[in-house]
Amino acid sequence: MLLLLPFDSLLVSLLGLSLTVLFTLLLVFIIVPAVFGVSFGIRKFYMKTLLKIFAWATLRMERGAKEKNHQLYKPYTNGIIAKDPTSLEEEIKEIHFCRKGMETIMDDEVTKRFSAEELESWNLLSRTNYNFQYISLRLTVLWGLGVLVRYCFLLPLRIALAFTGISLLVVGTTVVGYLPSGRCKEFLSKHVHLMCYRICVRALTAIITYHDRENRPRNGGICVANHTSPIDVIILASDGYYAMVGQVHGGLMGVIQRAMVKACPHVWFERSEVKDRHLVAKRLTEHVQDKSKLPILIFPEGTCINNTSVMMFKKGSFEIGATVYPVAIKYDPQFGDAFWNSSKYGMVTYLLRMMTSWAIVCSVWYLPPMTRETDEDAVQFANRVKSAIARQGGLVDLLWDGGLKREKVKDAFKEEQQKLYSKMIVGNHQDRSRS
Amino acid sequence: MGSRSSRAAVIPDVDSIRRETGFSQASLLRLYQRFRALDRSEKGYLSRMDLQQIGALAVNPLGDRIIDSFFPDGSQRVDFSGFVRVLAYFRPIEDEDTGIRDSKQPEPLNSRMNKLRFAFQLYDLDRDGKISRQEMLQVLRLMVGVQVTEEQLESIADRTVQEADEDGDGAVSFLEFTKSLEKMNIEQKMSIRILK
Repeated sequence: MLLLLPFDSLLVSLLGLSLTVLFTLLLVFIIVPAVFGVSFGIRKFYMKTLLKIFAWATLRMERGAKEKNHQLYKPYTNGIIAKDPTSLEEEIKEIHFCRKGMETIMDDEVTKRFSAEELESWNLLSRTNYNFQYISLRLTVLWGLGVLVRYCFLLPLRIALAFTGISLLVVGTTVVGYLPSGRCKEFLSKHVHLMCYRICVRALTAIITYHDRENRPRNGGICVANHTSPIDVIILASDGYYAMVGQVHGGLMGVIQRAMVKACPHVWFERSEVKDRHLVAKRLTEHVQDKSKLPILIFPEGTCINNTSVMMFKKGSFEIGATVYPVAIKYDPQFGDAFWNSSKYGMVTYLLRMMTSWAIVCSVWYLPPMTRETDEDAVQFANRVKSAIARQGGLVDLLWDGGLKREKVKDAFKEEQQKLYSKMIVGNHQDRSRS
Repeated sequence: MGSRSSRAAVIPDVDSIRRETGFSQASLLRLYQRFRALDRSEKGYLSRMDLQQIGALAVNPLGDRIIDSFFPDGSQRVDFSGFVRVLAYFRPIEDEDTGIRDSKQPEPLNSRMNKLRFAFQLYDLDRDGKISRQEMLQVLRLMVGVQVTEEQLESIADRTVQEADEDGDGAVSFLEFTKSLEKMNIEQKMSIRILK
């Protein structure tokens, strides 16, 4: 036992030294740039290296598959079946409905939007390995190395950064809250928010490309975006200063929410208030009419979709009458799938999955502002905005409701189909009776 | 590697299913993935609720009857082999199916006759081999909801049965049904091709 003592102190001092070095590096390369909003380009370089490794990995698998004389099964997201383009009038309707019904059982547009997108090449994460079987020893070693890097190096780093970011946000906004209202408070509040969001962005190793930044939302407007995960908020808020809208939560989220609202007016609703649509609309209207208040950030789909399509927008935000600034967010699933399947994973599991992915790569497009035309109602306006976002992001524009993730389809849709069919058979019957 | 690997070896009884339905290995794999995607709570079988959650199916006028065809004899669950057996009716007719067959072997599920049988049983609620006027009325009511009055629907049902009924027994037998559709290209209209 006595022999271990000198080694013990050596070990301890080595540990202390390496921790200090680590934290200095962290500070210099990550936190300081985040504070000032500059970038060293480390993440872009990291991304390029990863892409090269993924391409190599896919080549190895293809070679492996060819050696074994099997076809490497490539999943495709365009659909399982060939759709027949014949129209209703050309055939007997009942047979047509029968066939169409079977088609939807084999493949429908909605079910596949609620599970993660399938990749064409493997990105060395076992969670995305659907059908890639031909994995040689070299690939397994590489995968193992990847696990080591992700869990033992990247994960602690990211957790440290996230912790720093969130505590700075809470402390910073509380401190700013004590200042008297005025230009100084606004300036500091804006920069505290931006700085902390930028640190969080780095905590997730999110590599974001912003397009058309001249269309960024202004005061008195509403910013709408498609929703894939809670990270959307961090991505948008790190490039602009927004007022958040949401339900009051308990726990850590509640602490953050209460601190944020001290520095600048966000719109938080109690759980009971959320059900009252008029109250929600009233508070939002009051907020946008005050030109000194920040643009509101809203996700009208109401739920997370897997980033291959845009679902029906809830019309509430489009009835208020403010200028709408649409934003399209498209993630690149190659480096880490950002979709939050809330029926499968809780929030903590989800965040852990995010922090153990390679990176989150996405593109954000700021679209030109839109206002409701005089002859449009809220639903038509919402659909117009939705189409613009879908077109820009390269996503499929669906009429279906995101609520289909959890509930059955509304009766109104079924009644519409019943009406159409009724018109056909009654009309047909009347024609035949007359002849 | 990966909890979502869905190789063909994972499908239970894959060989007997393949023989019975005629689907290729790749198609079965795709359908198995679809089965598992529909089985959201991962029970291993599908219930009516799972199928009713498909939006486009719930608004289809024949949606309820199609869902019923997966649950014959009052069962409440359908496993993968039952699922695929119904889908096999809609497999496109390929050359090897129309070749000379051993008469002892059962008719393939996707033959014209079987496709028509499938369409017939959507209307033949009690499965007695005849579509009575009452059954026709019930199915039509299911399809139109509250949009058509009782009198109008009755006259439509009457006319539909009369037009197909040849022996005047007031019901449409399977042969009469096939006769009324003999000019229709059922092989093509009731086929769904699975992409490779």
